[in-house]
Amino acid sequence: MKSRGYTVIGLCLTALMLFPVYWMLNVSLTPQQDMRKDPPDLLPLHPTFEGYRAVLDDQLPYLGTSLLIGIGTVALTLLIAAPAGYALARLRPRGGGALELALLIAQMIPGIVMAMGFYGIFLDLSLLNSWWGLIVADSTIAVPFGVMIFTAFMSGIPGELLSAARIDGAGTWRTFRSVVLPLSRNAIVTVSLFGFLWAWSDFVFANTLDGGGSWKPITLGIYKYIGNNNQEWNAIMATAVVASVPAAVLLVLAQRYVAAGVTAGAVKD
Amino acid sequence: MTVARVDRPRRAPAAAARASGSGARSLRRRRRLTALAFLTPLLAYLAAFYVYPLYRNLDLSLRDYTVRSFVAGDAPFSGWDNFRTVLDDPTFGPAMRHTMVFTFVSIAFQYVIGLALAVFFNRHFRLSTVLRALFLIPWLLPLIVSASTWSWMFNSESGVVNYFLHFFGVAPVGWLTAPDWALVSVIIANIWIGIPFNLVILYSGLQNIPGELYEAAALDGAGAWQQFRRITFPLLRPVSAITLLLGLVYTLKVFDLIWIMTKGGPGDASSTLATWSYQLGFGTLLPRFGPGAAVGNILILIALVFGLLHIRVQRRQEA
Repeated sequence: MKSRGYTVIGLCLTALMLFPVYWMLNVSLTPQQDMRKDPPDLLPLHPTFEGYRAVLDDQLPYLGTSLLIGIGTVALTLLIAAPAGYALARLRPRGGGALELALLIAQMIPGIVMAMGFYGIFLDLSLLNSWWGLIVADSTIAVPFGVMIFTAFMSGIPGELLSAARIDGAGTWRTFRSVVLPLSRNAIVTVSLFGFLWAWSDFVFANTLDGGGSWKPITLGIYKYIGNNNQEWNAIMATAVVASVPAAVLLVLAQRYVAAGVTAGAVKD
Repeated sequence: MTVARVDRPRRAPAAAARASGSGARSLRRRRRLTALAFLTPLLAYLAAFYVYPLYRNLDLSLRDYTVRSFVAGDAPFSGWDNFRTVLDDPTFGPAMRHTMVFTFVSIAFQYVIGLALAVFFNRHFRLSTVLRALFLIPWLLPLIVSASTWSWMFNSESGVVNYFLHFFGVAPVGWLTAPDWALVSVIIANIWIGIPFNLVILYSGLQNIPGELYEAAALDGAGAWQQFRRITFPLLRPVSAITLLLGLVYTLKVFDLIWIMTKGGPGDASSTLATWSYQLGFGTLLPRFGPGAAVGNILILIALVFGLLHIRVQRRQEA
């Protein structure tokens, strides 16, 4: 009885919160001539797919680049973060505490500062406007986070499993590969998910390091639309909708990993 | 599954049998080398892609760079000149003030709204899990998506925000074009983006408060507000501190949102240290890398103060 009241309030609050998302969808379907109509159409009564056709015509290569950069960033991040997490969690290296502190601090450095530093380096090495330069830059957002997640997760693996592997004659590397990694599936999913999402959403590095190349990510595709003083807001919003698809998919498929990632490090169990 | 093939000597029993000091020492050394081997990729990575860019940035801020010397790499050392230039710049005061207003107003609202929602969702009504998941969406969207959506919603002639306001008799507001409103607009958008983060963390903090406390309080006749003030809020204080400090560090460095919505304008009306730094370095045809990097380093310094405070609070809670 009382619970139904809460559900109604909850629905209203969610509707209010998600109004901008709805509006993005609505505008993406609005015909160009109705865009500046007063009052605006609150529902897409005469939906048009002009905007989405523009996405297909203009933005497909950008989407491909973003996908490539996202996957590359995830691969690089896992490659570096998983072994490091294992070492910090299980092998008690000298200076491990200091390293963990450094990783925490690394996450607090503003992106624009990193971008400026990378700009000089990439200019020297002529890496500007290259997709894999962008993978390197984007991975700096995810690596410290990834090491932290892996460290926390691998500390929780029961010690008996690891000693059992050792007694069976497995070396450290083999233990890591055949016991620890398969058990760390959840951590791998969480790190991959955030790594992908951050790389996919990155704007600072893309705009600084990849402004003139032929391999541009989707964030720059949208930015170019806005920057050209383009008034075709249905095309802009349609691109925005398409660019939001990975976030939506991940939320549906992996919601509990998202929550785990947000709270990691912030709340002690 | 057991590892059947024995491809390495059985180290553990051998070590146990050999209890002599030198054997234990060599084992410890071996273990340390293994740990180092696992850490080497990370250490190399941090040196190349964190320490070196930061060093380059520091170097930028201490030299007198022009476009030509930036490419040639022979800019003269100029000490604190760039920092002095930046501090004397008429933009510095407003940018600093906007950074502080943006940061503190944003996190105050994000925290209060996030906490209220966390308490609300803690009631476990029907659909509460689904709705709570939906609340995550603004945080997961690419910032350029949120920023461009809000830009269009805030459009002074055709924006839906002004349309709704006219029902309340409010005349059209030039959200992004009026100097008085630009900062307010980006703060509103930023609060919207930050609410999910606060909600998730505070909600998981609420989960750790034992339910019996509320039952006991209810038996003693404490109302909902009393329960919140006497139980929820005090017990949530450690999580609140972490949330606020983390929010502080994240909000200080917000760049994308402001840049996409207003580019720091009109004039300097919504420029923060982050957008100003970018404006100096990349925003014009005549880049001023030195001062831009100097502003960036000032921003790092501020972020580090709050960051170290955050780490201190967290460490103390774990101790």
